[in-house]
Amino acid sequence: MSPDFLYAIEVLLNGLMAGVMYSLVALGFVLIFKASGVFNYAQGVMALFAALTLVGIMNGQVPFSHLINAVFGTHLHDFGWQVPALAAIALTAVVMVFFAILVEKLILKYLIGQEPIILFMATIGLAYFMEGFGDLMWGADIKALDVGLPKGGSLWIEENTVWLAAEGERFFGFFIDKLDISATIVAIILVVALTLFSQYTATGRALRAVADDHQAAMSVGISLRAIWVITWSIAGFVALVAGIMWGSKSGVQFSLAFIVLKALPVLMLGGFTSIPGAIVGGLIIGMGEKLFEFFIGPLIGGATENWFAYVLALIFLVFRPQGLFGERIIERV
Amino acid sequence: MYYREAGDFKTSYRADQQNFPIRFDRIHFWVMMVLAFGVVPFFINDYWANAVFVPFLIFAIATLGLNLLTGYCGQVSLGSAGFMAVGAYACYKLMTSFPDLNFFVVVLLSGGITAMVGTAFGLPSLRIKGFYLAVATLAAQFFLVWLFNKVPWFYNNSASGQISVPRREMLGIPITGPETAASTKYLICLIIVFVLGFVARNLTRGRIGRSWMAIRDMDFAAEIIGVDPLRAKLSAFAISSFYIGIAGALFFSVYLGAVEVGEAFGINNSFLILFMVIIGGLGSIYGSFAGAAFLILMPVLLKNVLVSGLGWPSDLAAHLEFMIMGALIIIFLIVEPHGLARLWAVTKQKLRLWPFPY
Repeated sequence: MSPDFLYAIEVLLNGLMAGVMYSLVALGFVLIFKASGVFNYAQGVMALFAALTLVGIMNGQVPFSHLINAVFGTHLHDFGWQVPALAAIALTAVVMVFFAILVEKLILKYLIGQEPIILFMATIGLAYFMEGFGDLMWGADIKALDVGLPKGGSLWIEENTVWLAAEGERFFGFFIDKLDISATIVAIILVVALTLFSQYTATGRALRAVADDHQAAMSVGISLRAIWVITWSIAGFVALVAGIMWGSKSGVQFSLAFIVLKALPVLMLGGFTSIPGAIVGGLIIGMGEKLFEFFIGPLIGGATENWFAYVLALIFLVFRPQGLFGERIIERV
Repeated sequence: MYYREAGDFKTSYRADQQNFPIRFDRIHFWVMMVLAFGVVPFFINDYWANAVFVPFLIFAIATLGLNLLTGYCGQVSLGSAGFMAVGAYACYKLMTSFPDLNFFVVVLLSGGITAMVGTAFGLPSLRIKGFYLAVATLAAQFFLVWLFNKVPWFYNNSASGQISVPRREMLGIPITGPETAASTKYLICLIIVFVLGFVARNLTRGRIGRSWMAIRDMDFAAEIIGVDPLRAKLSAFAISSFYIGIAGALFFSVYLGAVEVGEAFGINNSFLILFMVIIGGLGSIYGSFAGAAFLILMPVLLKNVLVSGLGWPSDLAAHLEFMIMGALIIIFLIVEPHGLARLWAVTKQKLRLWPFPY
């Protein structure tokens, strides 16, 4: 096989892996949207917040140290201990549950029955608030996150794919980041776990009932507010996973909040209400933008990844507004 | 005692249909205008112009534009900053290609070009709505910023990729470029704001405005009573983009002078304008001004109190600003979805009875 063709395949594979990362964020969206009809713009910031909290706990940072120092003139920085990764992840999950309860108690309770677009704007407000809050709590500097996941290119894959090109060609095997591979595995585990949870547990069934029909669910005695807390907690957990993956890949920093902007077109493509849609949409977007950048990018100046996903989703919307797997919206004006 | 409409009789249709039918409002408005045109220009200095007045006026135009689209026609757009960039680059290209063209004509033309671009990106609104549309407008935001970054024609092949405004004079007074006086900048913006505010006010109470509101309130019903959704939605996009384009042109030429597209017209500005609309009041002209004033003044105040007053580091103030802004959005959406404009209306109701509430 010619090296050009093999490069294209490598780009494709890396695109698929990037797509998995997008799907991780999109998953959180779908969960919340199905259960509460809220289009949660804050999902990306939740991932950032979770990652910041995780790093902060692991390094034993004093929360709000910057603020405390400014007000009282002290020089606090950290407690001087290190927390092992697994314990820190568990603690962060607790924080995210706590956060879910707060969101329900302080925001959603008052906005029941409002139009979706009002709820959407409220989550933009929430995103802003959490962005400031996370930075205030843990500081805004870029932090390295290492929970012990393997990093760097996989030599094994490189060595075992060199034979694909003829002898003497400039091809050294596929370069695939180990982190991407673990992300894929984690994503698969997450989706399987979520599916099992929603199919075989009482709570999961209640979740699906709420997603189907709020009023019918309430009339058979399902507490809507409890369900919302549970969904936001699960979404918080998904955000934590996404935060760990993205944080290990590119450091925990402000720009992490912007992955939400990558997840939006994924949702438009896959449909807002479908978990498989989030996965397939993520894969298509990841693959599409890498291939587009590879083939067309050099012709028109590069850096097309910022907008390609949106334009693809936009074109898609015109022909199939409900997305690939979404529920059909029968509404014509 | 202060706010009275009793005894305010109208004897002609003209009097009944005027912009401010109540005498108190009229007096209030003209006093404000006399202050704005006659007093402020003489006392304004560079700090006040650059930190408060000029950004307030420019964002007021953008907020008016987005309010026409979101507040009156019900179509949410997250691409405002992208359209501002179109206005800015159109202004730059026109100013450099036709050096003799009057500055106000250039600004109007930039608005017109933005209106065309906005209409094109408004086309999806015919098929999708709500947050699907909001996400679709993000496509405009990212695509436009990328376009102005990557195509050298737009920034005349300048090495830095920036555009900077050429010096122009009118009646011998510099109106753009680094030597422009603070009062000139302020007056240019004020005149344009005055005209555009007047137009917006009258658009929204005329036929077009009513067709927008019909579409916003219930599109099915609007179509049945004979409002053409295609025309209503696209005209809302066109006029809104016209306003936002003018705001972008002024933002570039009068306020900043030199612009790097990703910084000046990033997505944060889109959100800022949306926040101004929400906090000011969806579907209110007065609210657009109130929202813009509020969100321009708040960071300045915070900065003065926290950084200069208490001596806190400036990054802390920036984080607090984010938190306060987010919290305000949520509070306003929960407590008063009609924003500052409704608060003002409630105050007026109270004032009518004050100080004898019975």
